[in-house]
Amino acid sequence: MKNSVNKKAEHANQIALLIIKAMVGVVVLILMALLGYILITGIPNVSWHFLTSPSKDFGAGGGIVNELFNSVYILIITLVISCPLALGAGIYLAEFAKPSFLTNTMRTTIEVLSSLPSIVIGLFGYLVLVIKFQFDFSIISGAFALMFVNIPLLTRNTEESLKAVSHSQREAGWALGLSKWRTILKIILPAAVPGLVTGIILSAGRIFGEAAALIFTAGQSTPVISYANWNPFSSTSFLNPMRPTETLAVHIWKLNTDGITPDATQISSGASAVLIIVILSIILLSRFLGNYLYKKMSGTK
Amino acid sequence: MNKMQQRLLHPSKATRQDRFGKTISLICIGFIMILTVSIIGFIAIHGLATFFENHVSVMQFIFSSNWNPGQLGKNGQPQVGAFAMIVASFAVTLLAAILATPFAIAVALYMTELAPKRGAKMLQPVIELLVGIPSVVYGFIGLVVIVPAIRSVFGGTGFGILAGSIVLFVMILPTITSLTIDSLQQVPDHYRKASLALGATKWQTIYKVILRAALPGILTAIVFGMARAFGEALAVQMVIGNAALTPTSLTSPTATLTSQLTSQMGDTIMGTLPNNALWSLALVLLIMSVIFNLLIKVVGKRGEMKK
Repeated sequence: MKNSVNKKAEHANQIALLIIKAMVGVVVLILMALLGYILITGIPNVSWHFLTSPSKDFGAGGGIVNELFNSVYILIITLVISCPLALGAGIYLAEFAKPSFLTNTMRTTIEVLSSLPSIVIGLFGYLVLVIKFQFDFSIISGAFALMFVNIPLLTRNTEESLKAVSHSQREAGWALGLSKWRTILKIILPAAVPGLVTGIILSAGRIFGEAAALIFTAGQSTPVISYANWNPFSSTSFLNPMRPTETLAVHIWKLNTDGITPDATQISSGASAVLIIVILSIILLSRFLGNYLYKKMSGTK
Repeated sequence: MNKMQQRLLHPSKATRQDRFGKTISLICIGFIMILTVSIIGFIAIHGLATFFENHVSVMQFIFSSNWNPGQLGKNGQPQVGAFAMIVASFAVTLLAAILATPFAIAVALYMTELAPKRGAKMLQPVIELLVGIPSVVYGFIGLVVIVPAIRSVFGGTGFGILAGSIVLFVMILPTITSLTIDSLQQVPDHYRKASLALGATKWQTIYKVILRAALPGILTAIVFGMARAFGEALAVQMVIGNAALTPTSLTSPTATLTSQLTSQMGDTIMGTLPNNALWSLALVLLIMSVIFNLLIKVVGKRGEMKK
């Protein structure tokens, strides 16, 4: 009698574990199919010509050079404006904030900001930056909208990396007579660098693929720009931050919704492959750099 | 004496440094808070204009499914009924969560209970890669692979809730998985040992002990995933069909709140009723994301009390 109960349980056990393993297999297959599909259908469309010629609205054979440059440019501006803010906020939450109503409110606010759909952030940017401040559809408007998307993530990352630094390091600083602020700047921040760098690079990967926050802030087109004009105030310069801009991710979206470009599918599969390759290398870079910095700074091998 | 007095009565250099640092970091976080509040404020003001300036009734907005804000209906009222979009948004969200949860739990169990070392090493990159793929790429794949597949199996156009849910299923899978892993890892190890010592099989331990102990965490993970699905715009917009009609089946073209916003916002003029109506949709989105947030907090608190 007892034996049969055991056998039944054993049987159920094996079946359940098998089902779990099968489901894991399905998930792995989905990812491999996804990546495989993107790369196999996309890479044949990627050529030197594709990467170095501008896009065409109505004809076939357009490239993605402007979109690629715009994505990188807007990413850099976004990081430049969001990193200091997130760093400051993270330092406050990790080092200065005491448990209180105000601190709770701050955390809740950041959680709310991180849960806002990026299309809502994009619409806010459209309302305030594009229309009220009259920045029009521009790189600046887009970068500010992306800043909102980026800040909650970066702030949380900063706070966690700072908190991961052992408390004895702080005590050592204070015992040497350093002020709290100098302890943070000279001891805690350097010790947290591997975590901070990994977080910033990972957030860069997320921003690179973001499109919903950009379609109503950075715009959906790129004017004719010249890569020889280095004057950022000239309207045809590639550096001008006030020109409308279309990033790679927005380009893929637009090709597939407007449907006036004859080879939209080929271009978007090529562009998707480029996007994925860039993001994969960003993820790999963050891993590598994080490990490298950690080893270098902690002296372990 | 004077020098001594000054040193004693005035804040030291260290204190001044501290104040300086604290002020700077406080300014940063204050700025972020002001920005967040202003997002909510601006969207609320514009979203409420439909009801206060154009005098559309809230009931009509939520429960009528006539969406044609440019024209007046038979009763002389503008046709601003968002029912179709609200239903479609909830439908894709729920369906995606129902699809994704079993897979997410299976992957999380495999990584924490069945093969903690090898499984985690193998599956961690899988999850990170799934997070890394941008939403437009998911949308594009949905458009060229999933929509034609649905078209050939079920007929019709292929656009609709089913296509949207399948795309969202893959997108929220990593979110739910990684949060479920966190909550499984928080189950104390002596629960597992006690259960195994009683002679329970691995599955009995998982089903009767670990999953129950981790339930609040898993529920939080699912709500997080749903919040992401509800707010996702472009991937859904590419496969949903973009017709503001109440969905009659899983494969009929419809529109979600986000897809309607994405496809229509560029075509309306600021300050007119069609534009205000879109802002009201954005307000619904905003309110829902705050509700999801509260839900996560409530469920999380419940879990804390139990321990």
